[in-house]
Parts: sequence; structure tokens; C-alpha cells
Amino acid sequence: MTDDVAVRITGLKKSFGSLEVLKGIDATVGRGEVVCVIGPSGSGKSTLLRCVNLLEEPTGGKIVVDGTELTDPDVDIDAARVRIGMVFQGFNLFSHLNVLNNLTVAQRKVLKRSPREAQEVALRNLERVGLSEKVNAMPAELSGGQQQRVAIARALAMDPAVMLFDEPTSALDPELVGDVLGVMRELADEGMTMLVVTHEMQFAREVADRVLFMDGGYVVEEGPAAQVIGEPAHERTKSFLARVLDPTHQRPAS
Amino acid sequence: MALSKRQRAKVFRLAQYALLVVVIVVLALAADWTEVKRAFFNLDIAASMFPNVITTALKNTIVYTALGFAFGLVLGLVLALMKLSSVPPYRWIATIYIEFFRGIPALLVFIALGFGVPLAFGLQFDIYSTVMLSLGIVGAAYMAETIRAGIQAVPKGQIEAARSLGMSHGRTLATVVIPQAFRIILPPLTNELILLTKDSSLIYIIGLAREQYELTKFGRETLSRSPSLTPILVVGLCYLVITIPLGHLSRHLERRTGGRKIRTPESTGV
Repeated sequence: MTDDVAVRITGLKKSFGSLEVLKGIDATVGRGEVVCVIGPSGSGKSTLLRCVNLLEEPTGGKIVVDGTELTDPDVDIDAARVRIGMVFQGFNLFSHLNVLNNLTVAQRKVLKRSPREAQEVALRNLERVGLSEKVNAMPAELSGGQQQRVAIARALAMDPAVMLFDEPTSALDPELVGDVLGVMRELADEGMTMLVVTHEMQFAREVADRVLFMDGGYVVEEGPAAQVIGEPAHERTKSFLARVLDPTHQRPAS
Repeated sequence: MALSKRQRAKVFRLAQYALLVVVIVVLALAADWTEVKRAFFNLDIAASMFPNVITTALKNTIVYTALGFAFGLVLGLVLALMKLSSVPPYRWIATIYIEFFRGIPALLVFIALGFGVPLAFGLQFDIYSTVMLSLGIVGAAYMAETIRAGIQAVPKGQIEAARSLGMSHGRTLATVVIPQAFRIILPPLTNELILLTKDSSLIYIIGLAREQYELTKFGRETLSRSPSLTPILVVGLCYLVITIPLGHLSRHLERRTGGRKIRTPESTGV
């Protein structure tokens, strides 16, 4: 079972105080599969993603990633997180370190790789995202799109089994979105397992193997991208997509 | 002919300058310059203070301050981490410590370590330990609050990124949070260093051997041999040699860290 399933979420619940954000989510991501999570803001998409590496502690349910049950109270969460790459909406590059050190610091301190090996891995992954020439730059000297690509390279340098993307292009100027989506598309083509929360319907339609539509703390609809986005069955999916795809409401505030 | 508001302001300003010039001229004419020179700028006395004022007094002031600051910084960091701990007793201890040592005069701590501890416990510290502990204990109370604020000012996303890469809580603190916190609090920490430089003078309360004199004690001792304010003026200037550059450094760092968030092509070139 763990061989073909990278992420298995069962009955996941999460409350913040009295506010129940996730009301029982069941979902899986197969190995090599790209799953996009779409839905209106406040539907719990980001919370779901953040539960998958335990940045948010679930209040109920079970999460298994790469064969490790994260919801087991005795789990070594730091060891488990090494296998889960996370890309944030706000990039979150370490602002006091240059690009190279952003990519090597966790390799050296967590994976105990030698400085030389860490650097080699870092340079290889910087090349992957097309930013080899920025190796000595500080994060503040990079555009948002470049920062996000460095953040992707930083996560990849840990050789994760799964990559999580939390609205990776939502904080970017429109003209920079394409570069980041391009890198993600390549990753998908290379067979990376990806769980992506996004508002980019075009990307979801073209790259995702499956799409989950979330609303009000539930997965309302799921299926192949063409089906969920192209021919949604549920009324709520239809009205959400109508609003998102309507040019005058292209980017709903998140 | 009525003056406009702007013209009235101009006339008023000129009048102030004129008054100021008159006062200075009158004072300069009335003053007994030889007496002023004797009282404040006696070059013979000033010359007699060199080179010891630099090689002993200034050097000792810097050494005492550095020792106190180093110890205070370490203790302050420990207290800041205790204050932010999830273990309530740690927080209580840190709060009590900070409130206590911020609330009492530093001089009292010097007396306690210089006289109290030796009398009570028969424990005699050397001068360096006394000044390091006294300044450090007091400085830590102030620095702890500054460091705590700095740690809390590190964006949450930085911590989440580090944890997501598999770093433990402790490693995240050491690798990401504390280095960034210190960048943020460099300006207030520099101000703390200036305050400690001045507080290092309190060691005079404890008997010092001649080679242990710092600036204030040195000035006072010279004064007892020379009836002039010159020695005080000289050691005062020596303090300024330390504190004014530190003040400029602090303001420079403040501008730099303040400008980092709103970095523009223009500001990076400056």
C-alpha cells in the first residue's frame, strides 16, 4: 500500500479554537502524481497542505506520508519533514544567508552532508530552476519569481519524496508567475510527486493528474483535471469556476 | 507697512542671532582668560596625565566594558530564551530576574559583589571578575528584553521554512532565529554597550590598585593632586572617544536595517 501511495490522508480534522476549518478530509496522492487543490479562500486548502507536514497540528484523523504516520504522537517529525519539501506563498528564503547557503544549510546540518557534497547538490538544483548565476546573491537582491525558484531548489536539495506547494505564485507580479509555473511543470514532467494549492486554473488543467475542489472544509469534488475544471458536477464547483474564469474576476482576493 | 508672516519670522530669527552674538562677545570680554585656562585647560596637568590616561585608564575602561558586555550578552540571551520558553517556571525566573536587576541601582550590584559577597561568603573575586559579573548581571537584565523582542521580530515564515527542512526547534533557533534576531537588535545593543561603558565607572567604589584605574577613577585621582577641572575634562573626552563613534555606528546600523525591508536600487548604492 505504501509503495504506490505517497500521501494518504484519512478523516483529517483541524480546528482553530471553535472554528472548524477541516471537517473530515480523505485524500491520497500517488507516487509520481500531481494533485492540485483548488477552491475559494477560506475553504481550508492551505490548512490541509500545512497539515501534511505538520506545520499545523491536526485535531483528528490520520496522515501518512512516504510510509510514516505523521499523526503518531511518537513520530520523529524532523526526520519525516526531510522527506517532504515545502514551498510557501511568501518564499521564506533565509534572509541572512545568500542563495548558496540557503540551499546548503539544511543539507549540512540536517542530512549531515559534507560541505562539498552539499554545494554540488545545491548547484545542481539551482541549475534545475535556471538560477545558477545567482549563487552568491542575497535573497533581497532577487525578484519574487527568482526567490520562489530558489525556494523550490532549496526544497529539492533535500531529495524529498513529496513536494508541497502552498499558493506558490499568489505573491508574485503577474509577469513573474510564468517562470515559477514553468519550473513546477518541469518537475511534474520529471515524475515528482506534488501536492499543489493554487489559483492557477490553467496550470491545474494542464499539469495536474487529479484536482480536488475544496469548499467549507470538505473536499466537494475530485477527479481528473479535465473533468473537475472542464465539466464540474457540483453546483459549488461550477459557481467557483465561473467566478475564477470570468475575466473580470480573474484573481479573487485570497 | 505690514510685514508678511514669512518676513516677520525672518526678522525675529535675525534678532535672535544678533542677541546670541552680543552675549558671546560680552562673555568673551568679561572673562578672565588666564583663570579660565587654569581651571579648565591647564596644559601642564593634561600633559602629565599622558600616556597613562590612554595606556591604563582608557584601556581598562574598554576591557572592563568588554568583559561585562560579553557576559551580559550571554546571560541576556539565556534569559531571553527562558522568557520565551514554554516551561512556565523558566518564564517566571527570567521575569523576576529582569524586574529585580532593572529596578535596583547598578552601584548596589557593584557593592554587593565588591564587598557583600566577600564579607558574607569569604569569597574574594579579582577585579576583572567583579566588574565582569557586576556589569554583566545588570546589563543582562536590559539586554534580555531587547533580545527577546528581536527573537519575536523574526518573521514566522523563517521558522516554518527551517522546520519544513527538517531542522529541530533548537537548530532552528541557532541557525535561523538568533542570527536574524541579532541583526535586528544591533542598534539597541550598541546603545546598551554605550550605557555599560559609562556604568563601568562604578567600579571606582571598590578599592583599585593604580594599574587597575579606569577613566573616572583616574580623573578623580589626578584631580586630588591638581586643583583644576582639566583632569575631569580630559577623561570626559576619553569617554566621548568611545561613546560618540558607537552612537554613530548605532544610528548607521539602524538606517541600514531599517532600509533593508524597503530596499530600492537607489538605496542599495548608498
